[in-house]
Amino acid sequence: MNLSASQLAYAYGRRTVLENISLEIRPGESVALLGANGSGKSTLIRLLLGIIQPLSGEIRIDDIPLSALTSRERARRLAYVPQDHGAVFPFLVQDVVLMGRMPHQSWLGGARAHDRAEMEKALERLGIADLARRSYTELSGGQRQLVLIARALAQEAPILILDEPVTGLDYGNQHRLMAQIQDLARSGFAVLQSSHYPEHALAAATRVILLKDGRVLADGPAESVICPDHMRALYGVDIEFVDLGDGRRVLVPTANQKLPLVV
Amino acid sequence: MTRIGRLPILFVALLLVSAGSLLIGRYPIPLSALGAAVSGANPLLHALLVHVRLPEILAAVMVGAALSVSGSTFQALFMNPLVSPSILGVLSGAAFGAALGIVLGLPWGLAQVISFGFGLLAVLVALFISRLYPVNPVLMLVLGGIISGALFTALLTMVQYLANPYTQLPTIVYWLMGNLSGVRLSELRIMAIPILLAVLALTAFGKTMNVLSMGDEEAHALGVSVHWARIWIIVIATIASALTVSLAGMIGWVGLIVPHIARFMVGPDNRLLIPASALMGGLFLVIADDISRTVFPVEIPLGVVTDLVGIIAFVLVLHRLRKGWKA
Repeated sequence: MNLSASQLAYAYGRRTVLENISLEIRPGESVALLGANGSGKSTLIRLLLGIIQPLSGEIRIDDIPLSALTSRERARRLAYVPQDHGAVFPFLVQDVVLMGRMPHQSWLGGARAHDRAEMEKALERLGIADLARRSYTELSGGQRQLVLIARALAQEAPILILDEPVTGLDYGNQHRLMAQIQDLARSGFAVLQSSHYPEHALAAATRVILLKDGRVLADGPAESVICPDHMRALYGVDIEFVDLGDGRRVLVPTANQKLPLVV
Repeated sequence: MTRIGRLPILFVALLLVSAGSLLIGRYPIPLSALGAAVSGANPLLHALLVHVRLPEILAAVMVGAALSVSGSTFQALFMNPLVSPSILGVLSGAAFGAALGIVLGLPWGLAQVISFGFGLLAVLVALFISRLYPVNPVLMLVLGGIISGALFTALLTMVQYLANPYTQLPTIVYWLMGNLSGVRLSELRIMAIPILLAVLALTAFGKTMNVLSMGDEEAHALGVSVHWARIWIIVIATIASALTVSLAGMIGWVGLIVPHIARFMVGPDNRLLIPASALMGGLFLVIADDISRTVFPVEIPLGVVTDLVGIIAFVLVLHRLRKGWKA
């Protein structure tokens, strides 16, 4: 399934936060959404999830407008992985993942054998089957994030939207999670993730969308979109590329530049 | 033991404790006289059993269940285990309504209806205020509830000031302390059905509440119509808690404490937690009512007992809070 948006605009009161946004995410793609704080990434994600409605423009899943789907129909097509968060109540991990089965169940119905099978499959796929009977509240940030991804997998939706999935995780978990997300895209999911890390996008995304001041600055393959000019435009930081000689490139900030703090 | 297996145990415990509570009080009914009390062979004990003790204990079960279930519900809805049924102003509104009924000299039945009505009105005020600035619905609801609660508390104070200090004011103050003595079976018959329906309906909403307690955006992404689900749940929990005020006045702490005890027993899944809260809440209030009838030579108001017991229980709960609500 394709997720596409055309000519989206959104404003909080009189303050326009998104303008003329068009994009498309196809199966098998891992798309990274990069932008500075306040560039409109979160708002765009909320629009794509149907949490808020665009002032103009339209979002479609294949040929169906998002607004024409019921909540349950939408949830069977589009899954969301929020930023890592603690929970207040100590649900078991398996119960959190089973929540992903909700759009497939009746209002009163409990989990059937098929729902449990999907739950176990999702946990196993992410290598966290041993967490099933642990309490969600006592997990580490990296484990919690994997549980939330497992919930999205249990939802059996072909499109995944992840909001800064690696923010707040330690270095090792960041890379493990990036690899998992890359795998999901390779296996046919259409993946969109917002990120604060151009390095990650360069390493793991098949395509990158740059958002600046509520507009799409660039949209294309990571290698061509992530360049010194764009990074300066996006973050106000001069960067250099270092070629590792094996086809990989890394980016580092240029030494000794004056960086006034912009928030 | 499985968590669901604890529900029947709670149910049996509630039945046994309630039955035992029929016998104790200022005038205990000895087991040897039980037969005569039930059959009516001893008219005095029969009257005591059927017209005093039975209604009081049934009322304790109903009020405890309703307060605890709405407490659990609001805690899930506001993603905060320190929330009590008063969060949206329902108790203040209902208290004002009852005081108003007393000051206007209305028959008690009518005052109860007005009390219930103002309980609902207070929550509508909170919902309306939250809609004025709908960016963060949960936070705005809390603020709306604070404003609405403060408004009706101010109105209550005004009514108390205007009340006749020799006749009406003591009635209001005594009633605000929370009390079950003097409850009639006829009142219970009217209130039992909505309270039972509320418990059933909120149990049915359990799965939705689980998801709502993870946050609005996730609930939305999991296919829940967040706005409408929340309004339905608030309305049902409000009806249940407003009914307790018109029946028994202000009974504090039950709606805050019992959900923690119930969660400790059956875990956080609201499909189990709501019925467990109902049973545990009934049990808690029956015992608190026993204490209010037996510890001192005169029956002290139930609200005072629940305050005292609740504070002790809350200190124990705080101990658990530190450990992060593990179950």
